[in-house]
Amino acid sequence: MKFTLSWLKDHLETDASLNEIVERLTSIGLEVEHVDDKSSLKPFVIAKVLTAVQHPDADRLRVLTVDTGDGKPPVQVVCGAPNARAGLIGAFAAPGTYVPGIDVTLTVGKIRGVESHGMMCSERELELSDEHNGIIDLPADAPVGTSFASYAHLDDPVIEINLTPNRPDATSVYGIARDLAASGLGRLVGGAIMPHVGEGLCPVKVTIEAPELCPGFALTMVRGVKNGPSPKWFQQRLIAIGLRPISALVDITNYVTFDRGRPLHVFDAAKVAGNLVVRPARDGEKVLALDGREYTLTPEMCVIADDNGVESIAGIMGGEHSGCDESTTDVLIESALWDPIATARTGRALGIITDARYRFERGVDPEFMVPGVELAAKLVLDFCGGTPTEMEVTGYAGHKPKIVSFPLSEVKRLTGIEVPKAESLDILTRLGFEPQGSGDIVKVKVPSWRPDVDGKADLVEEVMRIHGVDNIAPQPLGAHDAVNSKILTTLQIRTRTAKRALAVRGMMEAVTWSFIPAKHAELFGGGQTALKLANPIAADMSDMRPSLLPGLIAAAQRNADKGIGDVALFEVSGTYEGDGADQQRRVAAGVRRGTAKLDGSGRSWAGNSGPVGVFDAKADAIAALEACGAPVERLQIEAGGPAWYHPGRSGTIKLGPKTVLGTFGEFHPKTMEGLDVSGPLCGFEVFVDAVPEPKAKPTKTKPKLELSAFQAVKRDFAFVVDKAIEAGTLVRAALAADKKLITAVSVFDIFEGASLGADKKSIAIEVSIQPVEKTLTDEDFEALAKRIVENVGKQTGGVLRT
Amino acid sequence: MPDINLNVTFTLAQISNVASLTVNDATTGLDTLESSLLADIASAADEPAIEAVRIAAFGKKGTVSEMLKTLGAMTAEERQLKGPVINGLKNRVTEALTARKAELKDVAIAARLAAEKVDVTLPVRQSPAERGRIHPISQVIDEIAAIFGDLGFAIAEGPDIETDYYNFTALNFPEGHPAREMHDTFFFQPDEKGERKLLRTHTSPVQIRTMEKQKPPIRIVIPGKTYRQDSDATHSPMFHQVEGLVIDKTANVANMKWVLEEFCKAFFEVPSVKMRFRPSFFPFTEPSLEVDIQCDRSRPGEVRFGEGSDWMEILGCGMVHPNVLRAGGLDPDEYQGFAWGMGIDRIAMLKYGMPDLRAFFDADVRWLSHYGFRPLDMPTLFGGLSA
Repeated sequence: MKFTLSWLKDHLETDASLNEIVERLTSIGLEVEHVDDKSSLKPFVIAKVLTAVQHPDADRLRVLTVDTGDGKPPVQVVCGAPNARAGLIGAFAAPGTYVPGIDVTLTVGKIRGVESHGMMCSERELELSDEHNGIIDLPADAPVGTSFASYAHLDDPVIEINLTPNRPDATSVYGIARDLAASGLGRLVGGAIMPHVGEGLCPVKVTIEAPELCPGFALTMVRGVKNGPSPKWFQQRLIAIGLRPISALVDITNYVTFDRGRPLHVFDAAKVAGNLVVRPARDGEKVLALDGREYTLTPEMCVIADDNGVESIAGIMGGEHSGCDESTTDVLIESALWDPIATARTGRALGIITDARYRFERGVDPEFMVPGVELAAKLVLDFCGGTPTEMEVTGYAGHKPKIVSFPLSEVKRLTGIEVPKAESLDILTRLGFEPQGSGDIVKVKVPSWRPDVDGKADLVEEVMRIHGVDNIAPQPLGAHDAVNSKILTTLQIRTRTAKRALAVRGMMEAVTWSFIPAKHAELFGGGQTALKLANPIAADMSDMRPSLLPGLIAAAQRNADKGIGDVALFEVSGTYEGDGADQQRRVAAGVRRGTAKLDGSGRSWAGNSGPVGVFDAKADAIAALEACGAPVERLQIEAGGPAWYHPGRSGTIKLGPKTVLGTFGEFHPKTMEGLDVSGPLCGFEVFVDAVPEPKAKPTKTKPKLELSAFQAVKRDFAFVVDKAIEAGTLVRAALAADKKLITAVSVFDIFEGASLGADKKSIAIEVSIQPVEKTLTDEDFEALAKRIVENVGKQTGGVLRT
Repeated sequence: MPDINLNVTFTLAQISNVASLTVNDATTGLDTLESSLLADIASAADEPAIEAVRIAAFGKKGTVSEMLKTLGAMTAEERQLKGPVINGLKNRVTEALTARKAELKDVAIAARLAAEKVDVTLPVRQSPAERGRIHPISQVIDEIAAIFGDLGFAIAEGPDIETDYYNFTALNFPEGHPAREMHDTFFFQPDEKGERKLLRTHTSPVQIRTMEKQKPPIRIVIPGKTYRQDSDATHSPMFHQVEGLVIDKTANVANMKWVLEEFCKAFFEVPSVKMRFRPSFFPFTEPSLEVDIQCDRSRPGEVRFGEGSDWMEILGCGMVHPNVLRAGGLDPDEYQGFAWGMGIDRIAMLKYGMPDLRAFFDADVRWLSHYGFRPLDMPTLFGGLSA
């Protein structure tokens, strides 16, 4: 919403400065977004070039003598503009003037040896436009010696406020003045409108066939008008707020729209065939609107039609056919009420944004429907002459004001400050509310222009914003015992720890899009209809991701394409199994590309990093699970993973037969091809929300640590087993040989070779033994070794390698 | 080595004569032996050489040992005369041996150390913990949790895919209201019943979800992903918001001002900050306010908070609308409270000077390395939020 200071002062009698007004507007909730104050142009005067001769020393410069109209002898000015010529009238800046467009304060200077006492300016130098092909060239009648700014009507600051959607009353200069006046910044004036006096009935009748879309319609006709340009001052106001003056009749509707928040429409009566009817549009009905475009309408849209068809899209835009122009002699002035929701829907569907729609969808003052016509008719008579008919009002049942029961103590309850009762009532009254009664609870009648006010909280806001939010001193929020539980849930703690644990492994946390290309989603088991956006922002951001991996892999490739091929990225975030609230998973995932291993990437004198692979991903996955509190010693690793992984180089991490905690591996060549990426590449996903909640423990005391006094020993064994035997099985078998004495089993060598046989391999393990009760004798060791060999043999068919 | 052996041989030859010498002769012979031994000691070049000298002198048949043996066969007078001389020799040779041995050990160590020298300027690999990074969004969420945790707030979360009810209706957005349109919502395809899910446009649905589950007092902050169909340098179709909600029987605007001032001071790590509360409009709060924070933007590319004369909009807030309380199953005449919301990405950009929102979601490792945080920089109130 834009207006000028002088326009505001039509309705606000005030001594307040521009700054005070601007600050007050913001503080009462009418946030000033921009002030276009051309007061810096004050020193520029209109001046006339008397002579213009070639600069003796520069081809492109001319030396001018300029009459600045101050009665003193002409001044000499050096000028480079191609249009500088004798007789030109333009804008002159004397030495000492600040020229905003070039950010310079002028001094008397010599240009190529010739003194210059000021400057003739271009529009760009005055920041009026980007025009810089020549200096400002004014009409011959421009008064030399007077202020350029006031001649060009630039001395009226333009204020733009960022209006919240709840304040239709402030879509008008009058409404803004009312708020300012209520806040004590002046007196509200200029609201009175002369009652309409017309002769005879309006010859055009109105029928409302869609009363739910149009609760009222007022119409009058002015005969014998002369529609020319509107007065200069009137046009200037419209130009200042960015509107193009068209003709007096059209300008009047725009003016009333902004002055009173009352959009109007004018029809050229000669072009209206028969009577007007307000009805839903017929399906497929077309109308050429005033913006020169043809719109196809649907039955949800409301129109004003005559015998010819649609003449106006209700509340949004008039039709070209019956619009007013210079030849209009009889004009119909329409002021109607349009349903806000229907207007918004129609505007959205047709993609039309107009000042009328802006107001109707917020809700115009129903009680100003009739005065709107009166005001417009008065202006038509003033500017165009003519004779009005009586006004025809159809369908309007009158406004039924809302009454809000308002306990004055609500102000203190909700805001924390004590506003004296009398002040609260006074504020409401000044805003046009009518409080009735004198007790602690008053009945407040809500004015017709405030459809946003429904309840007592709304009234508290009115009192608070006018009383001043700054007057509310901060008060500490008391501690309270009930909110003394954990700040973070287990899932939140695990999310946070998983992030730090993966970052500590040299990985960088990425935040990638929740929506990914459909093709990527399908590659990772997604792509179902329920997870497709109906209105994606781009075609490749269409599907909610089933996995974090495609986004991370694509991100790794983007880095590789920029020349950084060794990348380790992770993300801990949501994936979507369905559109239900409980179908969003919390997943930690990571990818490594190139040689981005835990210890570092690339070449080094101390040893080069090799390509990343399944075991890098496995280590990351287990680290993430460990950070999430998963019981690492009980995890089962199964060969193979989902289809997007390399079937022979991937694994699934389980806890028991049913709970899948994660997957890891290198990727299937078809996945890589589908994502259009290159490797080496590996990745993992860990389902943070699948890790069981820790059991509630009665104590934080840790179990007592038993340290054996006897020396720990290590023994090596090598077993020859079938190639298909998994190392994990063998390790478990060795561990199980004596659960008391054996503390760990590690695999230190895998060997395959002809000497073993084609389908055999050797697995060498180191068994850590911790005697507990006594030092073990040779016999004890032999017995233990025997148990290990036997158990491994039983579980894997392996024999001790000799 | 052969040189030493020669020396030893020579010495033994001398010593064989010693026993038969007179005292004077013996003394002369002893002097020769001593100087010869001391010379051998001094010239021994390594530990085996010095050991050979020791054996030659003090071994079973060593020159000094032999000499000492003669003492037993002597008369008391002879022993009185020669004893001190021979013992003196023994002591001096022993001393010289010990000293030379220590000297040679030092030399040997020094030689070994010199041989073991490496070029310590060779680079080592950086610790993974120094290479890894936490995304600024995660870091700022942790900072927020640290601040509000201290004020007694719990962290709440909710799903990204929401229903129209939780995202709009329960939050007092009337059907067809322009405020709904301002949200540029992402929708899914309608289901069989014609209902369409959407991506939440704000974190506010979690207000309702929390009220449904938990009776007041409620003090929560809700960080999370939010989505709007909008994209330019300051708008991203996916962004992050943090919402706060306090509901009890007394929480009011004055308390809200206090909480938000405490937050801004703590978050921007300044001792004081001026805030401007402007009346505004949100469907789910009444009264509603927008908050600007004092800052200084006079230095290009830098924003300083708690000083200067510029204002920057930072959050929206207000008293929870009675209709929202009702939607959450609470009686607005019994319970009251306030809520606020702000952009996590935005306050992260402001605090840490990141110019372009789009880079947040690009996963460019150069950007992550520069603007990201080290994994062990954990925001705490006792250690300072940021490192």
